[in-house]
Amino acid sequence: MAQVSPKNEGLLLVSRYLVLGLVAAIFLFPLIFMMVSSLKPDAQLLADTSSLRAFLPVGDVSLDNYFAAFDRAPIGRFMLNSVLITVTTVILSIIICSVAAFSFVYLEWTGRNVLLSIILATLIIPFETIAVPLLLLVSRLPWLGLEGMEWGWLNTYRVQIIPWIVDALTVFLFVQYFKDLPRELIEAARAEGASWLAVYRRVVMPLSGPVLATAAILKALKMYNEQYLWPLIVVQDEAHRPIMVGLGYFFQLDVAWGELMAYLTLISIPVLLFYLIMQRAFIASIASTGVKG
Amino acid sequence: MKLTKILVASFCASTLMSGAALAQTDLTMWYHGAGNDVESKIINQIVDDFNTSQSDWKVNIESFPQTSYNDSVVAAALAGNLPDIIDVDGPIMPNWAWSGYMQPLQIDESKIENFLPGTKGVWDGKLYSIGLWDAAVALYARTSTLEELGLRTPTLDKPWTKDEFMDALKKAKASGNYKYALDLGMNDQGEWYPYAYSPFLQSFGGDIVDRSTYKTAEGALNGDAGLAFGEWWQSLFTEGYAPGTSESPADQQTGFIDGSFAFQWNGNWRAVATMAEVDDVVFLPAPDMGNGPMIGAGSWQFGVAKTSEHPDGASAFIEFALQDKYLAAFSDGIGLIPSTASAAQMTENYKDGGPLAVFYDLSNAQAKVRPVTPGYVVQSKVFTKAMADLANGADVADTLDAAVDEINADIEKNSGYGH
Repeated sequence: MAQVSPKNEGLLLVSRYLVLGLVAAIFLFPLIFMMVSSLKPDAQLLADTSSLRAFLPVGDVSLDNYFAAFDRAPIGRFMLNSVLITVTTVILSIIICSVAAFSFVYLEWTGRNVLLSIILATLIIPFETIAVPLLLLVSRLPWLGLEGMEWGWLNTYRVQIIPWIVDALTVFLFVQYFKDLPRELIEAARAEGASWLAVYRRVVMPLSGPVLATAAILKALKMYNEQYLWPLIVVQDEAHRPIMVGLGYFFQLDVAWGELMAYLTLISIPVLLFYLIMQRAFIASIASTGVKG
Repeated sequence: MKLTKILVASFCASTLMSGAALAQTDLTMWYHGAGNDVESKIINQIVDDFNTSQSDWKVNIESFPQTSYNDSVVAAALAGNLPDIIDVDGPIMPNWAWSGYMQPLQIDESKIENFLPGTKGVWDGKLYSIGLWDAAVALYARTSTLEELGLRTPTLDKPWTKDEFMDALKKAKASGNYKYALDLGMNDQGEWYPYAYSPFLQSFGGDIVDRSTYKTAEGALNGDAGLAFGEWWQSLFTEGYAPGTSESPADQQTGFIDGSFAFQWNGNWRAVATMAEVDDVVFLPAPDMGNGPMIGAGSWQFGVAKTSEHPDGASAFIEFALQDKYLAAFSDGIGLIPSTASAAQMTENYKDGGPLAVFYDLSNAQAKVRPVTPGYVVQSKVFTKAMADLANGADVADTLDAAVDEINADIEKNSGYGH
């Protein structure tokens, strides 16, 4: 068996870091390009794309694109809308999907396996195929608000939140996690006279930190980064538009590339902050689900 | 006492005015210009002027990003949530009228007699939409290039023939001074393709669809003229005269300005910016490929939604917006061609002797609207794909035959689109 000498070990380590550094650079380049480009006027930005200058803050660098982007679109409003929709959906999703999963795993009731199968089967249905029927549905649904009964959910926050609260993947994650929890704990709590609600609140949920983080991260990324088609068809007023629809403000006859990059940089900040705060949970969640974030 | 009288009179006047304001019926309007500050200011000014000019109607405007506007309108139509006034891209209008999204305008047609033909949205014999501007395409060139290559300057009366056009490209390529002889803007694979390139096909004698019946593309797109056009189109790329579909947006945006391209096929909306960078730029008419020189026509227009309960109010607003001062304001603001000659005289660029006056003449003389049929929304996409495929080396006859089959299948599926 060949021995690895300390010298070879060092070389191996260096080459490993070189490869990892290269891979990291490949993933970082788009972000660096976006941030650097947001500081350049369009003509320079376009001219630099054919060289390494595209990744360097050189030449006529300024924050002008950021000021212009704020003039072009109500960025603060769009970001606030997206954050509000994302946070509300994530919280409601975790509560409702975990309760549903709890019921599927621990409660005995007729048809639960069939219903769970039906819910999981919806994983294979692309949203685009149900977008139009869902649009017709929400445009006619009633709502009891402070001003009394009204019909139709269009141009509201609720139409961007409620249809996204429950999804098969989140239910599935909770079901799988709950199935692996020791049954003895639940049985002991029940033997002590705890209600099912108490078991859910005081036994199961305190043990579910990892799956809560996974479900929250996946849902948050989906709600913040991928909400385009749905708000496009259910929201016609500017006051309720999320960030992804706001992208269109920068695609004029001449695309405002610099402003677009400034906008993208700005709307990436909440995601980057979210990532920095939950870095460990991110890695654990992606490793545990095999889902690319 | 006098002061009391004045106060009482003021109170009465203000009460009456607010009463009038309260009596105004609300109209909603959707516009495609979100993110375009200049356009937004002008349209908002028209809305404000209209709202204060009369006491019957009050227009409330909502702007959408252009890239997603059509999808929003179609979704709203499905949900029964259309506004009173919509704006619509000219070639899309027949589809929206046929689909029941729009109703004919109730405006005095004598007021649009002098409008450019491409600004009138007529479907099934009725006026459904009207535009405050039109757009035109021209061949951008430099005077110095024409002189250097020894080329005749084409005019509206005597445009270049196909042979002269190809000779110009050959000479530009042979000079070695340019990366490409011609930029066609191939990176923009949207409505630009049928708008900018189908006039070449029509100039060859073909078309996207047979306009005599609108029931087939057979013979129009894949007949002898269509095949000749396809061979010519493909040769532009195989001979290396023009960059293909992989052209970068950067090249398209700056290539002519920095001298990489000898000629550029481009719209009037880029003319002002180009003039600022290129001192001796000239805008040449389309070449005559054998069946007359042609360019595309038809831009954004105003119409009334079918579901509007106040088509009279909506039409009143549109008629109000057709004043020359507003046509001129849009033209000065965004560089497009005003719909009337009188408005053109009020603009900086399109008045007699103005730097872009040639575009008004081009629009008047060479413009041909895209096929006026509800099926155009599909035909434009099929045509776009075929043009890209040909540029990428696909067999000409097979590609055009496949395009014809796809267009015909769609027409059949929709029972002829009411033609």
